[in-house]
Amino acid sequence: MDTVDLSRLQFAVTALYHFLFVPLTLGLSIILAIMESIYVMTNKPIWKDAVKFWGMLFGINFAMGVATGIPLEFQFGMNWAYYSHYVGDVFGSLLAIEGLMAFFLEATFVGLFFFGWDRLTKIQHLLVTWALGIGTNLSALWILIANGWMQNPVGSSFNMDTLRMEMTSFYDVMFNPVAQAKFVHTVSAGYVTGAMFVLSISAYYLLKNKHVDIAKRSMVVASSFGLMASLCVVVLGDESGYSASQNQNMKIAAIEAMWNTEPAPAGLIVFGIPDEKKEKVHYEFKIPYVLGLMATRSFNKEILGINELVDIAKKRIKNGIPAYEALRELKKDRHNQEARKIFEAHKKDLGYALLLKKYTKISKHVSDDVIAKAAQLTVPKVSLLFWAFRIMVGLGFFMIGLFAFSFYQCTKRRFMESKIFLRVAMWSMPLPWIAAEMGWIVAESGRQPWTIDGVLPTFLSASNVSAGNVLTSLIAFVVFYSILFVVDIILIKKYIKLGPTLTQKEA
Amino acid sequence: MESLPIPLDYFTLKALWWVLLGVLVIGFCMMQGFDLGVCILLPFLGKTDEEKRILINTVGPFWEGSQVWLIIGGGAAFAAWPYLYAVAFSGLYLVLFLVLFSVIMRPVSFKFRSKMPSATWRSVWDSGLFIGGLVPTLLMGVGIGNFLENGFSFQFDDMLRLSFDGAFFDLLTPYTLAWGVFMVAMIVRHGACYLAYKTVDPIAGRLDRVITISNAAALILGVVLVYKALFMGFYFDRSMPFTDGAANPLLKDFSIIKAGSWMHNMAQEGGLLSRFTFLLSFPILLVVTFLASFMLPRKALFWISSLNFVGLIGTFGLMTYPFVLPSKHLGHSLMVYDAASSKLTLFIMLLAVVVFLPIVLAYTIWCYRVLRGVITPADIQQNEKDLY
Repeated sequence: MDTVDLSRLQFAVTALYHFLFVPLTLGLSIILAIMESIYVMTNKPIWKDAVKFWGMLFGINFAMGVATGIPLEFQFGMNWAYYSHYVGDVFGSLLAIEGLMAFFLEATFVGLFFFGWDRLTKIQHLLVTWALGIGTNLSALWILIANGWMQNPVGSSFNMDTLRMEMTSFYDVMFNPVAQAKFVHTVSAGYVTGAMFVLSISAYYLLKNKHVDIAKRSMVVASSFGLMASLCVVVLGDESGYSASQNQNMKIAAIEAMWNTEPAPAGLIVFGIPDEKKEKVHYEFKIPYVLGLMATRSFNKEILGINELVDIAKKRIKNGIPAYEALRELKKDRHNQEARKIFEAHKKDLGYALLLKKYTKISKHVSDDVIAKAAQLTVPKVSLLFWAFRIMVGLGFFMIGLFAFSFYQCTKRRFMESKIFLRVAMWSMPLPWIAAEMGWIVAESGRQPWTIDGVLPTFLSASNVSAGNVLTSLIAFVVFYSILFVVDIILIKKYIKLGPTLTQKEA
Repeated sequence: MESLPIPLDYFTLKALWWVLLGVLVIGFCMMQGFDLGVCILLPFLGKTDEEKRILINTVGPFWEGSQVWLIIGGGAAFAAWPYLYAVAFSGLYLVLFLVLFSVIMRPVSFKFRSKMPSATWRSVWDSGLFIGGLVPTLLMGVGIGNFLENGFSFQFDDMLRLSFDGAFFDLLTPYTLAWGVFMVAMIVRHGACYLAYKTVDPIAGRLDRVITISNAAALILGVVLVYKALFMGFYFDRSMPFTDGAANPLLKDFSIIKAGSWMHNMAQEGGLLSRFTFLLSFPILLVVTFLASFMLPRKALFWISSLNFVGLIGTFGLMTYPFVLPSKHLGHSLMVYDAASSKLTLFIMLLAVVVFLPIVLAYTIWCYRVLRGVITPADIQQNEKDLY
């Protein structure tokens, strides 16, 4: 494997691993704030015990989140140096703002959350907990604006003197529709994860008839919060799909394994087995019209198929070549006005021309065969996206059902009657994690071959470091992270078994 | 917002961001410095498990907020000086890799250490804390030493693709390793001074020895290293014509960067006398700190130690301006003029800092006030479950 492949593998491993801890932090921090608000409003000590118990588990998870987050900030510079200076003007500033606004907030207030119980008034500590929750959510906001910009690079343009992307409008970058949908969708997924964590553990306690008072109350909070969040996730997932159909046609086509454009409105394939060689889906079970309605919100707009999009890519590659050649001319003579004009006319396709670099030097003499090969690079891994998407959505709908049923049980005050439900709730614990990781696979793998969609291909983005160095760091991550994962699980299990400590015995 | 006129010109923004990067590094040294120092001192000042727990809990609530200064330093480099970020992080891959793993050890070591009673378990995480304190400090010093002595061995091709042709062991020379030890001395001193606020006997009784030794080491090494730095390095030839324009390191006339000495570099900037004064003041500061340790209460020493970091980074900045990162391939060096982000980005980032940094400082100060006071053995015994 070469440097690019190893770097991609390392980023995938570290990012997916980081996202084992992030959604729980996002969701549980808000659940803590909700529970502590109830404590302050009702003054019942059992709610404080609940906050301290769930807070203990939150703390173990939060430490893992911090430990696995730092490598990501470092990794952009270490493994993706060309990307870093090519788009740092936009991407770097979003990360720096994340630090200023969010990291300081959550890192400072997490200390007060754990250490400040005896030094702060009830209201002060409640504000600390809310600050912690807001901090984690603000962190998600900025990093998702950054990722949203990678998917849809608005508010920026290529500068022919500095040979990099530069920001032209901060407003456009912040209010990128892809970023906004992605933010609400992802934090909702975090809330679902937090809610499921609390629901499953509470169900476990109820099955064992232990810590029943806290378990019941926690279940009420988890069910209501979880129901709201799981509905949000799906609605915003739909919104993400719509904005992808506006801005990332190839991703939608690949998710749907739609090789050829269908007459509008297109049908939704619920199940099938995509065959990438034959470019069709075997045993497909389709619901007519639904995809077209959802993705385009119209009856007559077509969704372009993969092959049509490859043809468009061929044209864009051809159109981008003069831009690249103009840059070459400008290097020789910076004041060549003719070259500047040509560049301006063709610059929106410069990224597509860069795809040729995988096979040959870029020039106007490149053959149509090579252009066709380069255009094929724009097709991501169809089977992977097809299945990852369907697993995520299937789990999403299941979780709505689970939370809805749990919510209903809570309203009827039926906590321990249905042993089957409690067992299902308990064993459902891993589901939000699986759905979230599938979601990230869709988001990132669906953006390939680009690091910045339409602007910078992944194979050009990596650092000029030896494959040996990257292999070393990759192995170190895998070994180290595996050990930490085992430790994390041991500690979480220990504290679940210990259960909460009550300050007062309830009658 | 794109039509909003930017009231500052591009050069002013670049200069401000050069200063701000220095401020963030100073902030990191002052804030995270003391908890790195405490972690390095952990095996020396903590003789029993309870004493170790006391030491850990003096920084327990604060260290995570302090670590954000490191994250911000990297983030600000990425945002305002993307070339610096790209060159340093990829060029020094193995160095960054070691720093990264040391830093990863910290949150889990702090959090997990006291969660099991086993002595083996605890000593593993204690080692994690020690390494997490020592390695980043050493390597930061080595980095500064390399900047001053050799520059780094990087260059760009005509599409601005970066290549780095040094080996890891090239970075370790007697000079750079001495810088590493110097940083450890400064950080350890800072940690020990902090502990004056937070501990009682018997730990507090051990602080004097630590402060005296680290003070002496910092004084001797600091004076020697800064003096030697004056006679090594590079300079920016101000006698040649130069236009401050687009951020592209390849656009300048390469011969404007010459091998020479940082002293000559300062002379080029004009106002040599004022620069020299500041430069002399850092060694003087080190002498003052040494003497003060015998005369002033230890708590006051913490603030003087903090001032030392201002002196260190300030001196470094004034010697090396306008270099952002010197390269052995001289012309490819990153300068304040040609390694920054766009005007809009620098301005947006400036606004972000101006708005948020005061807010951050305000709630950080509140946090320290709420949790002020010493950690005693009684605290550990009564709050066994809640403390680290």
